[in-house]
Amino acid sequence: MRAVDAIMECLKAEGVDVVFGYPGGANLPTYDAFYDAGIHHVLVRHEAGAGHAAEGYAKATGKVGVAFGTSGPGATNLVTPIMDAMMDSVPVVFFTGQVRTELLGTDGFQEADTIGITMPAVKHSFLITDPRDIPRTIHEAFHIAGTGRPGPVVVDLPMDLTKADIAYEPVTDVNLPGYQPRTTGNAKQIRQAARAIAAARRPVFYTGGGVVSANASEALRELVRETGAPITSTLMGLGAFPAPDPQWIGMLGMHGTRAANYAVDEADLLIAVGCRFDDRVTGKLSEFAPRAKYIHIDVDPAEISKNIPAHIPIVGDAKQILPKLAHEYRELDADQSRMDAWWQRIHTWQERHPLTYEPGENGEIKPQQVIQAIYEVTGGEAIISSDVGQHQMWAAQYYHYPEPRRWINSGGLGTMGFGLPAAIGAQMGVPDRLNVVVTGDGSIQMNIQELATIRQENIPVKVVILNNGYLGMVRQWQELFWQERYSQVDMHTFGGEEAFPDFVKLADAYGIRGIRLTESSSLEDDLRAAFEAEGPAFIDVRVTRDEKVYPMIAPGEAARNMVG
Amino acid sequence: MMVDTNELLSLDDLHAAGSVRSGRKHVLSVLVENKPGVLTRVSGLFTRRGFNIDTLSVGPTDDERISRITLTLDGASQPIDQVTKQLHKLINVLKIKDLQPAETVARELALFKVSCDPQTRSEIRELAEVFRGKIVDIGKKSIIAEITGERSKIEAFEKLVRPYGLVEMIRTGEVAISRGREET
Repeated sequence: MRAVDAIMECLKAEGVDVVFGYPGGANLPTYDAFYDAGIHHVLVRHEAGAGHAAEGYAKATGKVGVAFGTSGPGATNLVTPIMDAMMDSVPVVFFTGQVRTELLGTDGFQEADTIGITMPAVKHSFLITDPRDIPRTIHEAFHIAGTGRPGPVVVDLPMDLTKADIAYEPVTDVNLPGYQPRTTGNAKQIRQAARAIAAARRPVFYTGGGVVSANASEALRELVRETGAPITSTLMGLGAFPAPDPQWIGMLGMHGTRAANYAVDEADLLIAVGCRFDDRVTGKLSEFAPRAKYIHIDVDPAEISKNIPAHIPIVGDAKQILPKLAHEYRELDADQSRMDAWWQRIHTWQERHPLTYEPGENGEIKPQQVIQAIYEVTGGEAIISSDVGQHQMWAAQYYHYPEPRRWINSGGLGTMGFGLPAAIGAQMGVPDRLNVVVTGDGSIQMNIQELATIRQENIPVKVVILNNGYLGMVRQWQELFWQERYSQVDMHTFGGEEAFPDFVKLADAYGIRGIRLTESSSLEDDLRAAFEAEGPAFIDVRVTRDEKVYPMIAPGEAARNMVG
Repeated sequence: MMVDTNELLSLDDLHAAGSVRSGRKHVLSVLVENKPGVLTRVSGLFTRRGFNIDTLSVGPTDDERISRITLTLDGASQPIDQVTKQLHKLINVLKIKDLQPAETVARELALFKVSCDPQTRSEIRELAEVFRGKIVDIGKKSIIAEITGERSKIEAFEKLVRPYGLVEMIRTGEVAISRGREET
């Protein structure tokens, strides 16, 4: 059969039911195969949309996402999603078209060195040089993307090779001698960790996106409940432990809660699981959790002791390690009352420093209030896809995620324009669940062309724009750290007739219901009505223009010096 | 430290390891799959992570599917454990060995092009002989000597011939193999 038909067979064998992509010259053979392959192909309007949609699909389902683009600009447009997937450990296989092998290296039309350009941004990549390698390579790509620490894999397909006639046989055994992720965790280290937890008087669980990736949420909940210790998580880890829970003390880091940051600051033991001590979490590294010893559990050995030396490193899969740790801890029969004073101290912080904001006056809508209203209307049951900026932080603070894979955002790379296409992918992966995009007037315009995709596929996502007419986070930093010199942050999306674009008319142009909300008192009812109506909605919510995200650890500062 | 008892431990007794700068020179022997782009992945990783390589050499092994990269780096300025862990993450990297100096034979080859006249030509030849080197080319105004050995030997020879007028010098970077029966 043609190699491209073998590609379709491989995708089916991997259980792929939907892919996201954009055709072009160099991947014409592949698109010919899509014509009757029986795989749902979502035609996006920009390759970045395809990449982010594949990420959203992967984040919402835990399965490997798939994106297709052509050579040259198609591939370079995929670079941002590839890097995004790398930073957030998202399993996605990217298929890029490539010029014919005889043109490789000659600066042919739409030629780009895709493998070279993407090399520092991939978990692994393959340039196909022999069409007979295609099936095995694809299965290797899925295996690498989806196992160990997940990540993006690029498969570059020269056009002539994809037309070749090859004998296809299903590949069932993938054997990569240089890739053997450790999974089980060292038993002695696990026992040591249990004893450390039992000895700790001020322990804190600090968990990250790795718990979600590992599908270890249940195991985490059991362990945390077994120990009775407080738990905080990174932006990426929200939902792994249910936010409405007495042991949950909120997100930590730059815009985390004071309770979480102070607890980490005073902890005598940090139990770090699937996280990587990112600068947005630690603030000033030398003053991060200065009194604590560290247990660090991660599937990627290179993350352990990368930024902060770990006292008890455990390399492996959280889903396998956490139940063993819970078992070992149970055996020790530790005295829970040792943490009484600790919990008292934490409760004091929680009571003294709840997340809060001044209510708006004269019907003005506060951005935080919008997130609270979304939470109330959805009962926490929606999948929230976020863009990047202030709205992202408010969506992390004021929406309380009860389950993993309900919070989809670009954490590591911080890619504006991520939210809308990611929601497309999430909705394709989990069709029955309400999908809400929380975005800003800046971010939404970075991939707004995907409204056409939403219209074409009739994807019922509800897009909520927190429109303050500013690149709000940049403006916030300019206000706080750059002497209020507001340089290039006014987006002109706020105001009356003179505002542009008019988001309601824009939605209308795409055949999508556009709604503008400006009144605080009816906000919740208005949102409910918009969410309950069938099909997609594009909701322009005018919010307080100069609201800032608080509390905040200023860049390079220690957590105990939070402001706001 | 005791790890196999159920007695409570003292958190104060826990010591962190990792991200160490060893303070010495390291020779890493890295077995990689012989596939296109592998060297680019290795060198790209060093660039991206800000690791500094002193020397790097690549060559085939007795198995044609596998190549060996030998690289040296300074453990005083580079976090050696991070370097090896990041290298391990490359799918094409099969095995990494941090060779211990005392248990390793390391050699480098260098070619020296030195200017000469009829009188100094024999002096340079004598120096090369003392270093068990070879003269591989003789011209009217220059001579090329080949020296093999450890880095210190090559540097010593360089010091000696420099006064004659060192036109060019080229070094391969070290290759290394472990002593004894065990595989590197």
